[in-house]
Amino acid sequence: MIPDRANTSLAVLADRAKFIRKETVRLSRIAGAGHYSSTFSCAEILATLYYSQLRIEPGQPDWPDRDRFVMSKGHAAIGLYPVLADLGYFEPSALDTYTRLGSPFGDHPDMKKVRGIDFSSGSLGHGLSIGLGMALAGRTTGRDYRTYVMLGDGELAEGQIWEAAMAAAHFKLGHLCVLLDRNGLSIDGHTEDVMAIEPIHDRFAAFGWEVQRIDGHDLQALRTAFAALPDGTRGKPQVIICDTVKGRGVKLMEMSLDWHVGNLKGEDYDAVMAELDAGLSPLEDLDQ
Amino acid sequence: MSTEMQNEAEIFRGTTSGATSLRDRRSVQGTPKAGMPAFVLGEELARLAERDPRIVVGTADLASANRTNDFRAAHPERFFNFGIAEKNMITAAAGMAACGMIPYVATFASFASILGAEQIRTDCAYPRMPVRIIGTHSGMSMGFYGSSHHALEDLGMLRTVADLTVCCATDANHLRALLRASVDHPGAMYLRLGRGRDPEVYPEVPELEIGRAIRLREGHDLTLIATGSQVRAGLDAAAALATEGVSVRVVDMHTISPLDRQEVAAAARETGAILTLEEHNITGGLGSAVAEVLVDLPRCPFLRHGVPDRFVEVGPPAALYAAYRLDAAGITEIARDFLAGLR
Repeated sequence: MIPDRANTSLAVLADRAKFIRKETVRLSRIAGAGHYSSTFSCAEILATLYYSQLRIEPGQPDWPDRDRFVMSKGHAAIGLYPVLADLGYFEPSALDTYTRLGSPFGDHPDMKKVRGIDFSSGSLGHGLSIGLGMALAGRTTGRDYRTYVMLGDGELAEGQIWEAAMAAAHFKLGHLCVLLDRNGLSIDGHTEDVMAIEPIHDRFAAFGWEVQRIDGHDLQALRTAFAALPDGTRGKPQVIICDTVKGRGVKLMEMSLDWHVGNLKGEDYDAVMAELDAGLSPLEDLDQ
Repeated sequence: MSTEMQNEAEIFRGTTSGATSLRDRRSVQGTPKAGMPAFVLGEELARLAERDPRIVVGTADLASANRTNDFRAAHPERFFNFGIAEKNMITAAAGMAACGMIPYVATFASFASILGAEQIRTDCAYPRMPVRIIGTHSGMSMGFYGSSHHALEDLGMLRTVADLTVCCATDANHLRALLRASVDHPGAMYLRLGRGRDPEVYPEVPELEIGRAIRLREGHDLTLIATGSQVRAGLDAAAALATEGVSVRVVDMHTISPLDRQEVAAAARETGAILTLEEHNITGGLGSAVAEVLVDLPRCPFLRHGVPDRFVEVGPPAALYAAYRLDAAGITEIARDFLAGLR
């Protein structure tokens, strides 16, 4: 399904976010383990990006003028593969091999095996440097594509992120855009307890970036933020801080440390699928 | 200031003489080309880039030291200084390569290989990006700058990385040949360079094939398999041994991975004794790679020579080479003793 991208309705985007979550649950069962909550937190971001924002041609995955997307938090690739299949990069049935011996689809994405993956990832802290290089290459070759990098909040503790952040401002890469999935948790706990990243708005601003901060589950807010990105390749690099909820969409997973990697079985699987089918329910007061 | 100290200052200035007076106002940007450049690196890359728009060059605040500033002068729009941020430089090069560029990124070998090891493996080799990581001033050629600036582990670390080609430049003309061969070489490469003022082995740019050793001298009593700085020292040792009636073959094993196994096997079969020479920790480098070949072959007397498995002393490079017997005199003695032990 390749929508009329600019006019994709919010209802369609919500439906694709639901699709991402349900596919994550389905594929995790094949693997016997999955990064549920890290993928649920970025489902609306991924849906908005792929179904209304990116300049791509799934029939030409190597099109030189396409927008680039780097999934720096590679452990959420389980939510990206179904999107690529849905858009026609490969047959959806191929996903049934997910993580099985010889499959192109591992927990972390391999650009040499999966059409539509612009760069392999998995080791946190590298993705922004990859995007930096892609943006520099675009300028050098006179192309106007935009490079998006999705960062997790926990990986902001990696020093290389800030080497790249400094360089992006230095080289004035206005066509480089970070989508920060600010879901609040890393493996060992709240980021502010494990390694504090706030005040993250001020930190990016101090590094010379243009900063927007939105509710990362609000599709209208996402769309507005994307629309506010400047044209042209020279200027301040852009970051959209998306405040999200780790595990969003499944009540018992929301802001839970137990579902960074987990395995839904039996009736839990059915119940979670039913809950996702019903769509997002209002957030309860989370114990932050 | 002594001559030797002036030469040590060139490591950071990239010219024959570092500043020797507070009244010397030459800026780094404007370093004149008076005097021989310590490296042909930037000059050769600039020439290659004239014909190939895919070539871009980066460095990490060492444009003068490695003479990539010669590239910058010719192609400023294709030159990127990443500042003192080697990890970011190597990964960004991979990002550029994913968009069709062929990036050459250079810094001191210690930082390129050890600080950047994970970026080389994960971002360059694993996705088979045509990034060329250039480690200059390798081994202990930084002399009294000390172990933080030495790279005596890089071959051992990087030759275990799959899909990474590892090569050592022997001298200026050999570096030119390696760079020319590298442009269309598939996948990622690590190029290990000396300090740029390496004694000549090749009077002209040699014919070179990556992965195939160059036999520089024939002999039938012993083969010296050498790489980098040790090729010249090995040739000089072979000449000295010839005066004693010992016939020594010398092989320039410029590609460490993938290793030219046929040349190792030929040396074992045809000369019956092998001595490896490397400016590298004795563990894990060229000697270990050759040993891995020999262990599968009929027994051939074999000795490794390199830097002992401990951090080295500080000292001027020439003094270090003598102290660790990585000069012609030291190699001659070691070879003589090795052969005597076989009789």
